[in-house]
This record gives sequence, C-alpha cells and structure tokens, in this order.
Amino acid sequence: MDMEYFLELFFSGLTRGSIYALIALGYTMVYGIIQLINFAHGEIYMIGAFVALIVAGVCTIYGLSGFAILILAAAIAILYAAAYGYTLEKIAYRPLRGSPRLSPLISAIGMSIFLQNYVLLAQTPDYLPFPRLIPSFAFMDPVAHIIGSAELVILVTTLVTMVLLTLLIKKTRVGKAMRATQQDLSMARLVGINVDRVISLTFVIGSVLAAIGGVLVASYIGQVNFYIGFLAGVKAFTAAVLGGIGSIPGAVLGGLIIGWSESFAAGYFSSDYEDILTFVLLVVILIVRPAGILGKVRKQKV
Amino acid sequence: MTDKKHKLLEVKGLTMDFGGLRAVDSVSLTVHEGEIAALIGPNGAGKTTFFNCVTGIYTPTSGDILLHPKGLATRRLNGLKPNKVTEMGLARTFQNIRLFSGMTVLENVMIGRHCRTYSGIFRSIIRNRSVREEEQEIVETSYRLLEKVGLEKFVNEFARNLPYGAQRRLEIARALATDPLLLLLDEPAAGMNPYETSELDQLICRISEEEQIAILLIEHDMKLVMKISNPIFVMEYGKKIAQGSPLEIRDNPKVIEAYLGEEVDA
Amino acid sequence: MVREFKQSLLIALWFVFLTFPLMVVRVNTIENIVVWRWENILWVAIGAFLLSYCWRYMLARRRQQSKKAEEGIDTRGPLQAALDNVQLRNRAMAVLLVLAVIFPLVFDTYQTNIMVTALIFVVLGLGLNIGVGLAGLLDLGYVAFFGVGAYTYAILNANFDLGFWIVLPIGGVLGCLFGVVLGFPILRLRGDYLAIVTLGFGMIFKVVMENWETLSKGPSGIANIDRPGLFGLEMTLAQSTVYIYYIMIALVVLTIIVTNRLKNSRVGRAWIALREDEIACVAMGIDMARTKLSAYALGAFWAGMVGVLFAAKTTFINPAGFTFMQSAIILSIVVLGGMGSILGVILGAFILVLLPEYLRAFSEYRMLVFGAAMTLMMIFRPQGLISNLRQIYQYKGSKEKAAHDG
Ligand SMILES: Nc1ncnc2c1ncn2[C@@H]1O[C@H](COP(=O)(O)OP(=O)(O)OP(=O)(O)O)[C@@H](O)[C@H]1O
Ligand SMILES: [Mg+2]
Repeated sequence: MDMEYFLELFFSGLTRGSIYALIALGYTMVYGIIQLINFAHGEIYMIGAFVALIVAGVCTIYGLSGFAILILAAAIAILYAAAYGYTLEKIAYRPLRGSPRLSPLISAIGMSIFLQNYVLLAQTPDYLPFPRLIPSFAFMDPVAHIIGSAELVILVTTLVTMVLLTLLIKKTRVGKAMRATQQDLSMARLVGINVDRVISLTFVIGSVLAAIGGVLVASYIGQVNFYIGFLAGVKAFTAAVLGGIGSIPGAVLGGLIIGWSESFAAGYFSSDYEDILTFVLLVVILIVRPAGILGKVRKQKV
Repeated sequence: MTDKKHKLLEVKGLTMDFGGLRAVDSVSLTVHEGEIAALIGPNGAGKTTFFNCVTGIYTPTSGDILLHPKGLATRRLNGLKPNKVTEMGLARTFQNIRLFSGMTVLENVMIGRHCRTYSGIFRSIIRNRSVREEEQEIVETSYRLLEKVGLEKFVNEFARNLPYGAQRRLEIARALATDPLLLLLDEPAAGMNPYETSELDQLICRISEEEQIAILLIEHDMKLVMKISNPIFVMEYGKKIAQGSPLEIRDNPKVIEAYLGEEVDA
Repeated sequence: MVREFKQSLLIALWFVFLTFPLMVVRVNTIENIVVWRWENILWVAIGAFLLSYCWRYMLARRRQQSKKAEEGIDTRGPLQAALDNVQLRNRAMAVLLVLAVIFPLVFDTYQTNIMVTALIFVVLGLGLNIGVGLAGLLDLGYVAFFGVGAYTYAILNANFDLGFWIVLPIGGVLGCLFGVVLGFPILRLRGDYLAIVTLGFGMIFKVVMENWETLSKGPSGIANIDRPGLFGLEMTLAQSTVYIYYIMIALVVLTIIVTNRLKNSRVGRAWIALREDEIACVAMGIDMARTKLSAYALGAFWAGMVGVLFAAKTTFINPAGFTFMQSAIILSIVVLGGMGSILGVILGAFILVLLPEYLRAFSEYRMLVFGAAMTLMMIFRPQGLISNLRQIYQYKGSKEKAAHDG
C-alpha cells in the first residue's frame, strides 16, 4: 500500500474519468433537452478518434511531425464529429419528434449499429495504432512514474474545455436559450426560441466534446478501432446517469467516479471484471437513487 | 338532511409540495354518497394535483384520505399505489386525455375490467371454460358501458381516431368499468362544444342516478357546474377558499374575487 | 422541381464532405500506407443524390398517410388487408405449416440446418416480442437469457450427464427465474433507463461466463454437448438435424399458440395497455410491477428454452456467441416484423436470418443494413412490415338481448 502506487492509480483514474466526463456531457445535454438517450453518441466519439487517426496518419506518412499534427488532427476531427452529430440528429431523430418514447431510442440503436459497421466496412475491422503525438515534457520527468505527460495534456485540455462549456452555457445568448429549452421545451418555443436550432446546436456541442475525448483517448491509449465507441459510450452514459442526467456538473462527477472506481478496482483487485463494474454501479444507482447524485427528482406531471 | 347522508370520501388537511411549491395546502373536503360534487378554481389552483394525491399518483406530503365504503371498514388511501386505490373504488379520468390510443375503443373499456377479473397467465394459456366465460363477461359489460356513453358505433375503432368529445366519454366509460364507488372527472367538458357539453351533463346525471356512483368533478364550465353539482368546493392557490351549494358559491365574495370576478372581467 | 434538384445536389455535396475521410482515405498506420479511393466520391454523390429524392418522397407519403388516418380512411396496403382477414390468414398458416413439415424431406441437411437457425430466431423474436412488442419494455440484453438456457444445458450435460429433454424445461424455468430476479429491482425504471440496464445485464452475463472458469470453462467454451436423444436411438448427423428441426417446429408452434392466446387475454391486454400509457394503466387498476414482471419473465422463459436447443444443436457454445449484437439482431427482428405482431415477427426472423445466408454478398453488409433498417422502420413504418391485428370481439349488447328476452 505505498503512496506512489495509490497516486498513480488516482491520476490514471482521473484521466480516464475526465474523458468519460467529456463524453457524458453529450449524453446529458441531449437528454436534458429531448429526453433521448443518444445511443449513437459513442459512435460520434469513435468517428472523431478515427478521423484524427486518418489525418495524423496521412500527415506522418507525408513527412510532417510533432505537436502541430495533433492540433490539426484534433481540429479536423472536431469538425467532422460536429458534422456527423448534426446530420444524425436531422436524419434519425428529428422526424421522430412526438412519436412514442421508445421510437427514437430504437432509431438511435439502429444508427449506432449502422455507424459502427460503416466505419468497419469503409476502413478496417482491426485495431490501428495511433501515432504518438503528445511529446514527453522534460519538466514532467520527476513525477513521470505517477503522472505522464499525456495524462497532463488530457487533464488540462479537459479542464479548459469544461470551463469554456460552462462559460458558453452560463454567459452567452445561445446558452441561455439552451437552458430555457431544457427547462420547458414548449414554453421556450412560445417565447420565440428556435427550438430546432437549439437542439441541433446541442448535438453539435455534444459531438465536439466527444471528439475531443476521442482524440485524447486515441493518443493516450494509442490505438483505435470501430468498436471503441460502444463501451465508452455506455460507460459515459452511466456516468451521466450516476451524476444525475441533465446536470452538467453531475456528468463530470459521474465520469470521475467511474474513472476512479475502474482504476482502483483494476489496480487493487483484478481487471477481469473491470468492464462490468460500470454496469453494477449503474444498476445500484438506478435502484437506490434513480435521479442520480446531483439530479433533481422531478415528478412527472399528469 | 345532509347529516344523514353517508360519507364516502373524506379528505383531511391534504397537503402536497413540489420542491418549494405548495400546490395543495391543507385541503379538507367530504363527498357523500349520491352526490355530484364539483371542485373549481382558477388555473393552477391545484385541483388536478388534488386528484392525483387522492388517486395515488402522487404521495401527498401530509394529510389523510379516507374512504368509507358502505358496510365495509374505512380505508386510508394515502400511500397506496394507484391501482390499489382503483381497486378500493375510486376511478378517474384525466385532464389531458390518456387513452390507450393503439387499442380499440372496446379494448380500452375492457382494460377497466382488469381489476375486477381474475384470469392469470396459466389459465389464459389453457383457456378453459371459466376463462372464456370471464372473457365474455368482460366484453359484454364493456359493450354495455359503451352503449351507455353513446359510443357503440365506434366499438372497433382505434381510440386515437375518435373525435375529441368522444374520447372524453370513452375515458368515462373506461373508468366506469372498474365498478367505482366514486368517480373523479378532471375537466370532462374541456374542448367540447355546447351541444356535446349538454349531452355530457345528462350523462353525468344519469351515471349518478342509475349506477349509484358519487361523482367529484373538476370543471371550468361554470354553467355546467352550477347546473348539476352540489356541493361545490372552490380552490385558489392550493387552498380551499369556499364550499357550499351553487347559490352560496355564486354569492360568496371570496369566490367572486378569486374566480368568478376574473371571468366577469374577461 | 429545380428547387428539389438543387436541394438534392447540396445534400449529395454534404455527404461527399461527410464521408470523405472515412470512405476515400484509408491509412494503414502499421505499414504506413495511404490508399486514396477517389472513385468512392462518385458513388457517395450518386447514392446521396438519389436517396435524398426517396427520402423526400417517403416523408411526403408519411404525412399523407397520417392525414388520411386522422380522417379515418383505411390506409392498409393490400397485403395487410388480406392478413386482417382471419379466414385467409388461418389458411395461409396451415399452408405454411404443411410446407414446414415437408421441408427436410425435400431439402438437404445444410438447408435444414439453416432453417433450424431461422426457427430459433423465430422463437427468440416471439419471446422478445412479449416484452418489447406487447409490454413496451425495451430489453437490450435479451441474449443473456438465451445464454442462460444454453449454459444450463451445457453445464448440466457435461457435469451430470443430464439429457436434452430433462434440461429443456429446466432451461426455460431458469431463464424465467433470472428474468424475475433481474427484473424485480429494475422494472420500475423508466423505459429508456430500463433499456440501458438490460444492456448491462447482457454484458455482465458475457463477462461472467468469460471469467468464471470453473463453471463455464471461460472464453474457450464448452464443447461436445449431446444432441437431443430419442429413446437412446443412434442417429447420424443428418437424421439428428432433421430430428432437431422437428423439435424446433413443435417449439415454434407451441410459442405461437401460447403468445397468441396470451395476447388476446386479460393479461395480454394489460401488457399492451402498459405499453400505451403507464399512468393510465395503473389508474385503471393494473398492478404495474406484477404485469411488467410477468411479461419480462415470460419472454426470458422462451429464450431459456430455445437456448437449450441451441446448445444441443451446435454442440459447442462459448461466451462470444452471446453478445450485444445478438440482442440487437433479435430486436431488429421484432422491430422489422412489427412490434406486437406474431406473424410479423416470424416474417422478420426469416428475412433477417435467411437473407444474409442466401445472399452471401449481402452478409458482409448485414449489420449495416439492419442498423439502417431499424432507423428507417421507426421513421416510415413504426408498425413494422405486418402490423398488429386489430382484435374484434363478439358481443350481444343490450338491444339484441332485449329482443331475445322479449
Ligand atoms: N409534477 C409537478 N411538478 C411540479 N409542479 C407541479 C407538478 N404538477 C403540478 N405542479 C404545479 O402545481 C400547481 C397546481 O397545478 P394543477 O395542475 O394541480 O392545477 P389545476 O388547478 O389543475 O389547474 P388547471 O385548471 O390549469 O388544470 C401548478 O403551479 C403546477 O405548475
Ligand atoms: Mg388541472
């Protein structure tokens, strides 16, 4: 039980958790507004990672190198993830407004399967190594056995992203419109908010966050394949539920809890059951407190 | 006179909070057997919430809801699940129509029979004689109820395809199918034209007379309320502010201020 | 006209942009090769252009149909109308049954084997249909119950030498038991949460089977499971396949009868009502927890039973056979065929199992098409290929009764 090992697990949990949180934000924001589990959100994350891989791969092969590639790859990945998220909403969810609750969910599952197989067929079923783009910073050397450079980059990026997101939601006009729509969709429409635009925007923002997560994970873990979105998506969704779906701080908290519990469980016990730990957590939290840790219990109006 | 009537539903100090909002604030009221009582009040007064508490959809924050079925022991309804409340003899309709839209009109009413019939999974698979008889009983009873509310020409139509007024009546038929002692109607005339409304008031009177069912109704249509109901309870901001006969209510200054005044102004 | 053309052109452009990195570029970061597949731009453009026309047409049609339905006009197609005719439908079923019975006499073992697989999925579809189609409980981990049945037989057979016929009911009961135990705490959850939790159960089952070596032999699975016996008779592989085929036919017929009876019973109506509106349902005196649990557990029962048969058929099972994708396939059978519709689910199972089997070229694109189909069905034909039959009841009514009495 030495401290260093504990800290190492702590930081790796924090890193993972912050990435789950990034993805969870997309779930939570979409759910908050249209009460849909965007099952295909994990696939957007995967597409983000894949596009980044393609850009980075092409750049490396044509002789570019270094940190600049990472920025370029991330930018293009974000652009594409946003485009996919936007299109997804338009095709698969918008025509289903006002239909029974399960219809859009089934549609989302369909899209998730479709996108996975689209990438599988268009690219490859194999894992592809992601080029190492995050350099090792010299100033990190003394603590490198506890927290690596990549982890630092991830943590800083996530932090900055979240601050920006909070500012966007709290301070800007669109943010206000989003909050209003989340409170009461039909009321928001009545007071002249273009609800369709707000929903599209929510998908776009969620996708951007997922893509950032995707790029970070890909460069951290070092490989990508068409299937990574599924499990990450489910875990991130669990994080959102755990923290209280619809709540942005809740998503972050949920992500961190899951990241830490995975990291510590794997570090101190065994990693055999790592992937299902999340589900056990999910089942327990839903039974004990369905609204999540920070979620408000809302009674359905009758 | 009134003292002799048998108390059926007795609500004492019912309170319901939503977060910081007190939607129903210690409301007490009593409905006697054979009465058509009305609950009125401006929008947002807490009438529907009151219904939801009484029927078990919400668990009230505090207060007592007692049902005194004639000849049986008194039952406390707070905290019971809605289906138990319905079994005890309270049936309701909804302000925003909640029919089983993908089922036929007849099937909607048949669902109401559920809590008065017994066949379970195994017997339904075997489908022996007693099951078939029970099934037929459900169908006949339901059909008769449809005749009663005047929907027999729609029997096999999907509920969602019915005109609005007919949907409201179907909700009443479905509630009646549960053999209630007390029927709670949440704005049964909302969205109806004057002709439909007058048909509805006849229907409500008929149900009260023929079936010996007490009725408590929420309604904004004052003409209807004044015509058929006695007593009338008035709510405003979650509180009961008045109760009495239509005449008393009409002359009550508080009510005029809270409710009727509002309409006169408009 | 011109506007539509322009719009489609824009959509085509958009999709060219959207698919560019994934469809055109292919990098291999292991060997550092980039392949540029420029021709794909053309295909994407043409495809998106044409599809956008279809999309618009279908949306317009959907609007028309819903308008017609509002006015009470019959919008059924000729096939649906024919199927709504009970007499015709019964005759069709009889013909199908005869065809099913003579099938193995006409076709060879290979074909029969494929047919058995299709029939397994028919039962799975019908079982899931009880939960998803009738009661509206979206179960994304249904394959776990199938796995419970399969592992029950495999383990009991390997360790205690129990035969197929004894384990068949045990598998069903155990599946059912799992359904009750898992369902009990979670069934009060809202529909979409329930879906995710059941998805979790599916995954938990797989991971447990992978790691609990002593029980399940881990990822390598259990082999040499006995085929079904027939009074100790020695059977060749071909004979055994035919035998399994007939067992499967019997199981399908049993499932159809049971689900059909339940659907038109007091319990079945309660399921459907629950799907339509939970709050109205409880307000009408239906016990939600019990009703949901019965639907969930009964669905699990069929999965458990057919799981036993699956293990006996393949004689080898491992955790990799019980993935989310299997659950998704079963779900798409129900969605495609028509939620709540027995005939629809049967048709759905045949399409989804046989199509990839006989169109080899198609099998690669199988999941791609299934995924797209699920979304498209939800948008354009939520009732599925064959929609649920409207139940018509016989009644006398008070007027006729009066006439009788008088
Ligand atoms: N589930 C709920 N959660 C939070 N607040 C609620 C809920 N249901 C009702 N309220 C609030 O309680 C108050 C009373 O609402 P209620 O629906 O009971 O009014 P009402 O008298 O039926 O009005 P109306 O005539 O418009 O139907 C309102 O302010 C409403 O916003
Ligand atoms: Mg109301």
